[in-house]
Amino acid sequence: MVDFIVSLAAVFAGVAFLLVLWRFIKGPSPVDRIIAFDGLTIVSITGILFAALAAERGIYLDVALVYALLSFLGVIVVARFLERGF
Amino acid sequence: MNLNIGMALLLAIGMIGTAIMATRGKRSLGISILAAGLASLLASVMFLLLGAPDVAMTEAAIGSGLTTFLFFFVLGRVRRGEND
Amino acid sequence: MGGLIDIVGALLLLAGTTFLLLGGLGMVRMPDTYNRIQAGTKATTLGTLLSLVGVGFLHPEWSLKLLLIGVFLLFTNPLSSQVLARAAHRTRVRKSPTNVVDRLAEDLGEEP
Repeated sequence: MVDFIVSLAAVFAGVAFLLVLWRFIKGPSPVDRIIAFDGLTIVSITGILFAALAAERGIYLDVALVYALLSFLGVIVVARFLERGF
Repeated sequence: MNLNIGMALLLAIGMIGTAIMATRGKRSLGISILAAGLASLLASVMFLLLGAPDVAMTEAAIGSGLTTFLFFFVLGRVRRGEND
Repeated sequence: MGGLIDIVGALLLLAGTTFLLLGGLGMVRMPDTYNRIQAGTKATTLGTLLSLVGVGFLHPEWSLKLLLIGVFLLFTNPLSSQVLARAAHRTRVRKSPTNVVDRLAEDLGEEP
């Protein structure tokens, strides 16, 4: 039961990954691509949670912590580049 | 299907797509830098799936964070025409 | 595995990934950039937080790290979405014709 629900959740996260990736490839304006970059980072955090659940190793969550910091830094840097070009 | 195999397939699709965007894109240079950073990010999740969290952390911090930041900084300097 | 706590955790994980899926659908279907910012940051933030709570139910010994990730996400995600919306407004990203109210342009005294 629990395994089935977790597998269904993993499938949902995979579909969300594909949808946001399509927006990254298609997106007309640069801001669309930055939003898709941010969204892909967040979906990757959920993917890391699934990998940690599958491998039963808590050390994987440290990588998710680094991701949560890096997505913020990247978005701030790129938005500043768009606004005034450093 | 096994969870690891499915995640690796999705990551491979994403890495190939973003790598094509980064190298052959006819868009602006900033989009190419962003796509290269995304390819590096997905590569770091792939390292994690292969069982190497330390390598994944280094790749995420340097490949995806520092390199993207440095490229955008240099691109802004070049656009403004500074040459010191 | 088994027991009520595990089932509650798995259901929370399913709810979180459902919100991720809805956010991804909104990113594809919304008409212009501002609406995509709305769908792509709010829904995915809620989805990730619910997933973190669900994993915390499944593995209670990871609670500290999960709480730390959740706090970082809560601090950084609204800030980055606001910075992105301001950058989009300043670089004059095209609005969809159905988007008629622009309070920021009115405040700045510009023509919308």
